[in-house]
Amino acid sequence: MSKIETKDVHLHYKDFHALKGVSMAMEPNTVTALIGPSGCGKSTYLRLFNRMNDLIEGVRIEGEVLIDGQNIYKIKKQNIDHLRRNVGMVFQKPNPFPKSIFENIAYGLRVNGITDRDFIEAKVEQSLQQAALWDEVKDKLKKSAFELSGGQQQRLCIARALAIEPSILLMDEPASALDPISTGKIEDLIFELKKDFTIIIVTHNMQQAGRVSDYTAFFYLGNLIEFDTTKKIFTTPAIQETENYISGRFG
Amino acid sequence: MTHLDTELNELKVNIIEMWNLVISQMNKGEEALRTFDRDLAREVVETEKRVNMFDLKIDKDCENIFALFQPVATDLRLILTSLKINNNLERIGDIAASIAEFTLKADRDFNKDILDRTKIFEMYAIAREMLSDTLEAFDKEDTRLARTMFNRDSQLDDLDSRALDVLTQSIAADLDQVRNNLLVMSMVHKLERVGDQTKNIAEEIIFYFEAKVLKHKKRKEKLK
Repeated sequence: MSKIETKDVHLHYKDFHALKGVSMAMEPNTVTALIGPSGCGKSTYLRLFNRMNDLIEGVRIEGEVLIDGQNIYKIKKQNIDHLRRNVGMVFQKPNPFPKSIFENIAYGLRVNGITDRDFIEAKVEQSLQQAALWDEVKDKLKKSAFELSGGQQQRLCIARALAIEPSILLMDEPASALDPISTGKIEDLIFELKKDFTIIIVTHNMQQAGRVSDYTAFFYLGNLIEFDTTKKIFTTPAIQETENYISGRFG
Repeated sequence: MTHLDTELNELKVNIIEMWNLVISQMNKGEEALRTFDRDLAREVVETEKRVNMFDLKIDKDCENIFALFQPVATDLRLILTSLKINNNLERIGDIAASIAEFTLKADRDFNKDILDRTKIFEMYAIAREMLSDTLEAFDKEDTRLARTMFNRDSQLDDLDSRALDVLTQSIAADLDQVRNNLLVMSMVHKLERVGDQTKNIAEEIIFYFEAKVLKHKKRKEKLK
């Protein structure tokens, strides 16, 4: 059974047909890159998996979106929080809370009902370790998260997402606002994290897709044009539009 | 046309120029042998420097394109193919110069009868056509033409084997001609190598246009 699967998914924002029958399956512990020009539907597709599109007025979704074989659009409303705990998300710009580094991570645990101080401390350290940030912040956990660099803030956001133990991590252009060194750290981190998580990443950076992902999906005008191993997509794509896009000759 | 397209076109132009230079080297080497023209043989040896300059330039251009453009798919295959074609052309350039050096090492004009019986000029003709046809295959995306190299390379292998028999007999029969006959043997072997190098180029052309790897495959599979 695939970790994540969509079957003939259509999504409309009122009259706008944003996803047109997308079917795709992702295996556990893999990284899948979603690529395509702006407005092609890749971020909309990403937001299917934590039901973030539901928050947009006039959205209509057809088809099946399965996680671990369960259609997440058939679950009860009260279970959506549980779904979002299972599916962490990291956004383009780091968005730490206006709190200390420690509290940024502890907060998510507390709102999930965890009060055990020792457990929270251990989890904060573990999450920061997983996000390759611990060594840089272990002596300043009480300082404001805003004192960190952009790259560190983004890794803090990843640590925050990891603390509540999701099995899936969604990343929407997680390094596009970062310098090359910070970008490299995020990419190394993605490579490490796939041992424990299934990751989907939206990126406009072709080389980044090549470096970090096992599979690549090319979207255009709401259609999934091609989905294959990243090696295949970047060496011998089957569809001419894919080749035109990845080689910068689109349009 | 993108910036990358401009760079790739320039790379192709340089490779084709190098190809034509190597063909010219082969032609002049053949003419120097046929007419025992030492000046022409020296010109071939001297001109090898130009082939080497193309080799260095094409290597550098490929390195720059990798570093600056990170090519993918067909573009990537063109760069990989260019590097390998460049390498094979440079080796053929070396061979053309080596044969010219053998001509210079001869202590007298070559025995015409030996040259005829070893079919060395037939080998030259096959090698020359292989070189110009692979160039056409590369320029016109003609993988069918590229595939004809595999049989033609076998023809050169056969002629090489037969020449060995002819020269073995001649060396035994005519001790005065031993030096020249050994030089002819070396030339024949070198021409056989041109067939191998050109076959490698044909495999690279097929890789570029069809994304198929034919290296180390049997001839039957290559013809598919």
